[in-house]
Amino acid sequence: MEAVLGRVGLWFLVLLLAIGAFAGAQDTAFAAHAVLIAIVAFILIWVTANSYDPLTKVQSMFHMPSDPSRYDDDPVRWGVLATMFWGIVGMLAGVFIALQLAFPALNVEPYLNFGRVRPLHTSAVIFAFGGNALIATSFYIVQRTCRTRLAFPSLARFVFWGYQLFIVLAASGYLLGVTQSREYAEPEWYVDIWLTIVWLSYAAVFIGTIIRRHEPHIYVANWFFLAFIITVAMLHLVNNLAMPVSLLGSRSYSAFAGVQDALTQWWYGHNAVGFFLTAGFLAMMYYFVPKQAERPIYSYRLSIIHFWSLIFLYIWAGPHHLHYTALPDWAQTLGMVFSVMLWMPSWGGMINGLMTLNGAWDKVRTDPIIRMMVMALAFYGMSTFEGPVLSIKAVNSLSHYTDWTIGHVHSGALGWNGMITFACVYYLVPRLWKRDRMFSLRMINWHFWLATIGIVFYAASMWVAGITQGLMWREYGLDGYLVNSFVDTVEALHPMYIMRAFGGGLYLLGGAIMTYNIWMTLKGRVREEAPMSQPIFDDEKDRPITANPAQVPAE
Amino acid sequence: MSLTQQHKKLERNVTLLSVGAFVAVAIGGIVEIAPLFWIDNTIEKVDGMRPYTPLEQAGRDIYIREGCYACHSQMIRPFRDEVERYGHYSLAAESMYDHPFQWGSKRTGPDLARVGGRYSDEWHVQHLQDPQSVVPQSVMPSYAFLSDTELYVGDPSATLRALQRVGVPYTEADIENAPTDLKAQANPDADAGDLQERYPKTQIRDFDGNPTKVTEMDALVAYLQMLGTLVDVNSAAAQEELAEEKGR
Repeated sequence: MEAVLGRVGLWFLVLLLAIGAFAGAQDTAFAAHAVLIAIVAFILIWVTANSYDPLTKVQSMFHMPSDPSRYDDDPVRWGVLATMFWGIVGMLAGVFIALQLAFPALNVEPYLNFGRVRPLHTSAVIFAFGGNALIATSFYIVQRTCRTRLAFPSLARFVFWGYQLFIVLAASGYLLGVTQSREYAEPEWYVDIWLTIVWLSYAAVFIGTIIRRHEPHIYVANWFFLAFIITVAMLHLVNNLAMPVSLLGSRSYSAFAGVQDALTQWWYGHNAVGFFLTAGFLAMMYYFVPKQAERPIYSYRLSIIHFWSLIFLYIWAGPHHLHYTALPDWAQTLGMVFSVMLWMPSWGGMINGLMTLNGAWDKVRTDPIIRMMVMALAFYGMSTFEGPVLSIKAVNSLSHYTDWTIGHVHSGALGWNGMITFACVYYLVPRLWKRDRMFSLRMINWHFWLATIGIVFYAASMWVAGITQGLMWREYGLDGYLVNSFVDTVEALHPMYIMRAFGGGLYLLGGAIMTYNIWMTLKGRVREEAPMSQPIFDDEKDRPITANPAQVPAE
Repeated sequence: MSLTQQHKKLERNVTLLSVGAFVAVAIGGIVEIAPLFWIDNTIEKVDGMRPYTPLEQAGRDIYIREGCYACHSQMIRPFRDEVERYGHYSLAAESMYDHPFQWGSKRTGPDLARVGGRYSDEWHVQHLQDPQSVVPQSVMPSYAFLSDTELYVGDPSATLRALQRVGVPYTEADIENAPTDLKAQANPDADAGDLQERYPKTQIRDFDGNPTKVTEMDALVAYLQMLGTLVDVNSAAAQEELAEEKGR
């Protein structure tokens, strides 16, 4: 009882602070966020005071097994659900802004203008969809590879719910105009502080679990998760150093200016890709691909070499986002050289993943989950080849500022991050909810093809758009004057923008099929369908020829 | 001992593994970023650079709030076509007071580093209210609400104070006068005091065509109209400094 009282007191204090922040708020967005915190605190007071356990009720709504499995999988189940929810939100936002670029009438000022929804899309897919997938799979993998339950179970739950609060604060902030304008680090100072607390708790749970392990060795997937958690903490802290205008207002100014600020931001921005979207997802690959293929990892030695070279080289590549700008030449060249070198360790990961399928290649034909994993690794290989190409200064002079970059990012994000996440979720759901298999394997197959064709439309249209625009910008006529005005190049991209939105729509449709498939699996249904592969057998024809013995041809 | 044997030490000890990973990821950033804080051509000053006036800074905050950087760069690269299209290539010193920088990464719309003075105030206002009425093929969203929204920045002095804390050389007089400076720059009839002396090349006028109130449109247009106007890149002095600039 005293513990309950203490907790009520704590939430009440948070509620009072939030109301105080609301009363003294310097701007409406900060006030809105204070109200949001107050509502969360109020719900927590109410829940605690009633000793009411809504989590159990919600868990029964999502058909979570009430019998706790031997591993602590509740945060993983919540993480899988959050991954799917934010994935759909993020993809919807993406299709919406893609359509805005084709049809500007779809902008609704001020809250749904392109400039405000675009960070909502990027943050929702990277940090909400990708981040939840990483937290969920890391909690799943670290328990199994360490043969132990999660250290600090309540802290693990705080990590999950605290991370959701971070997402809601960030996303609502963008629509209200709260942004630092640092790409992929847009949330303002108070949201950044909150994320720091959540992230350090995440590190504590993860490292704590490794310390409790019953296996002498730390498995390779956990090296990647460890590097991802440590590096993201470092990047987040340095890139978000800022001076708030008021402790009761949302606005802050970056600690750095101009060229220093630019390189700090792109050191962060590129390594958000390198560690959030690459190292973390490689960790997922290193556990789930061998599991699904039922084959051990191809090469232990390769995983050592490519792990250390990948994390060492990636950090240097940031300046390739600033080619030909006012950044000093030597820094640009360093960035380019390291980006080209990065090609090798990146492909080390792809090779280690693909070669794991040695002896199990037939599964690509029969197992749609393996097929997704192979496609994910193929896109990983393609975009980590395209990346070094784009980082070469001569290529970058054409591609920079155009949609080629957008296409490159999406072949990585949709192809690699999306596909590997879908495959892992398809692997996890039946195991986490104690079902024999997914509701429908054929729907996974549909998802696979919709997603693949969607990416092809997306990447192809953006290549054409980017190269078209780059060439039109620099086109000179025989008279020695520029041929195209800027808006001519905008007009030329219109068909490409429609095609891109169509590709994104297909990808979203695949996501919708996945959501339905998962929901049905949660309900315990199994779809009656023809198996994915069936050797042809005709009982009629399964007999010797007896009626007309074959005549022996005369010599 | 072979590589795999040696590595077994690391992969049996989470502390060693964490420290090793941290060292590996720290080196690149230190080598590339730290020198930028003291090498000459990234910290040199160029004649004409001054901090933003309170109204320009308010406009800049709106530019950031609306996510303009998602489609407009402010960094002209040293190519013939870019210099002809947008003006002289951007110098490092021109963004020395930009907290945060606004170089951008994508040009769905044109570069704005030197857009100041290229169009009239009326053009900007009409273009922001309804872009397609001025450029029919444009895909830019409309920002008509800026004209209706009265400019509210909380305490203008606090804004300048925060910027001063991160290194922008505002004087005490600048900070003290920020509220009056803010109003005076958008109102040609008001007494601007020594605004022009403290902020050389400040443009003082009613920017949005509505003299009765200071709106967000006033602030944004004031910001757009000063972009790239501070440094006279063609003057002899600037040319000389450019010649000295290393690495470009």
